Amino acid sequence: MSVDPSYTEYPLRRRGMDHDLYDWSNMFDRPPAPWTGVAIWPVISLEWFPILPSDAPFRAPGHMQTAYPDFRHYTAREYGTRVGFYRLLDAFEKVGARVTIACNGAIAERYPELIADIVRGGHEIVAHSTDMNGTIASTLPEADERALIHASIEAIKHATGKRPRGWLSIARSQSFATPRLLAEAGLAYMCDWSHDELPVGFRTEAGQIVNLPLNHELSDRQILTVQQQSVDSYAEQMQDAYRWLSGEAQNYGGRMLPLHLTPYIMGLPYRIDAFERLLAWFKDQPDHWFATGSDLVDAACQS
Amino acid sequence: MREGEADPGLYDFLPYRGRPKIEWPDGKTVAVWVAPNLEYYELDPPANPMRKSWAKPHPDVVGYSHRDHANRVGHWRMAEAMTRHGFPGSVSLSVALCDHIPEVVEDARQRGWEFFSHGIYNTRYSYGMDEAQERAIIEDSIATVQRATGQRIRGWLAPALTHTPRTLDLLAEYGFDYTCDLYHDDQPTQVNVAGGSLTAIPYSLEVNDHYGFFVYNMSPREYADTLIRQYERLAAEGAQSGTVMCIPLHSYLIGQPHRIGPFEEVLRHIVADGRAWIARAGEIVDAYRAQVPGAAA
Repeated sequence: MSVDPSYTEYPLRRRGMDHDLYDWSNMFDRPPAPWTGVAIWPVISLEWFPILPSDAPFRAPGHMQTAYPDFRHYTAREYGTRVGFYRLLDAFEKVGARVTIACNGAIAERYPELIADIVRGGHEIVAHSTDMNGTIASTLPEADERALIHASIEAIKHATGKRPRGWLSIARSQSFATPRLLAEAGLAYMCDWSHDELPVGFRTEAGQIVNLPLNHELSDRQILTVQQQSVDSYAEQMQDAYRWLSGEAQNYGGRMLPLHLTPYIMGLPYRIDAFERLLAWFKDQPDHWFATGSDLVDAACQS
Repeated sequence: MREGEADPGLYDFLPYRGRPKIEWPDGKTVAVWVAPNLEYYELDPPANPMRKSWAKPHPDVVGYSHRDHANRVGHWRMAEAMTRHGFPGSVSLSVALCDHIPEVVEDARQRGWEFFSHGIYNTRYSYGMDEAQERAIIEDSIATVQRATGQRIRGWLAPALTHTPRTLDLLAEYGFDYTCDLYHDDQPTQVNVAGGSLTAIPYSLEVNDHYGFFVYNMSPREYADTLIRQYERLAAEGAQSGTVMCIPLHSYLIGQPHRIGPFEEVLRHIVADGRAWIARAGEIVDAYRAQVPGAAA
């Protein structure tokens, strides 16, 4: 089979990006961020996995894996929601940090006590789809995607009394319409694109939306589950990252370090001690700032 | 190559034992070159019938934005660390980067780095190209890099390591000196081509940061330790043979905040050791060719 003649034509080969969502920019040439030191941005994904998984448009990471009924994975994910999540909340309370919770709409509907505890702790909730069957890709009809975004926002608004300001897609997967639909829904920020290490404004036909890069390479899922490293190695990697960013912050202005956590991964008894020690180490760093997504977006938009 | 034969006949067999020694300048035992991939990946490229560009349906936000991190953030971290320790780059370049983000290419040029082609985009593959199409990407590569940097490219690393049976012959015909596409040795060797002269310079998949982090799932410190072990062995053997060590990098990987610090320790180690000739790819190929009868073009 040979390639079509159009395969060697490059209609978008031009100055700048090959799309209109954002401009290219060198992070080291930008005006300094409006904070000093390292903003540590903890994000906990709080997810409900139906025991009847859907593969349309794709099956979410962490979803059911065996033939029905997959008690193993259904209950192990619920362990994270019932137990592991509280270990993480307690760990952050010990260091006085407020965190961002990426919450499925189904969690808000099913577990109001959990939502009340999050709100009481002063944490921020961002919308994270409906449940773990609510994946987005370019094969999802736009009307369905719009309805999914609306339903997840409404579920959180109903449970907390407040509209969420942020959005995280499952597996960070978007369609070409997603940034526009999120802006249209009135959201201030999304966390899906990991192309940068500071907040970046996106243009859409429905107005601007900020992307806060939630680096997937620094997540507990990537390091512990995908790359199969120990929690001690995870903690060492976060400390190495912090030290490097702290050095850059002195020369270039504030930096951000995302900590993306999954209750059924990090909230296990044999891992949580090392994680608590890491948080205590962060708290001892003189230039640290535990920030929520809204803290970062508000700071970036005021500058 | 001998198309359709079980042994493609890319090179002659030359066992490691009993070879003539290659001498590097100043009595150094191992020639070390760093090969940053400066790439551009398209958000929505057309499909090649043999290979998909992205693992997920377009837009693959994770895949694309991760690569884009290179040109916004990672490159500058990686390049500064290399410059700080005296390592020039020999760049495998998606030449469309000269059009999209000339700032990155110009930064590399100003640091004294050498460029070779890695195709137009790393999302366009050579599989299935006819001869006219393949000549077009070679001629485009030569002209684009010449215009952007003033350099006539001498080397080639096929885009996303995708080849046709005629690739190596065409490179020799266009006067290229080296290919980075063959992984059969720790020393340069001559490639069997239809005409002219083409040298295979050792590149590496095994100690490529992509393999380290995404195939072998190493931690940043394990990867740094791997590079040091690779260096120590090649520097020791090179006292008898004259070896080459390549460190192929992708700044969206090595330029992450949790990796760049351990990587900088590797550069510090190699410089302090003193057995390394730290060079560009073209200089290594020239030094080799000067010692091998019939190798110079």
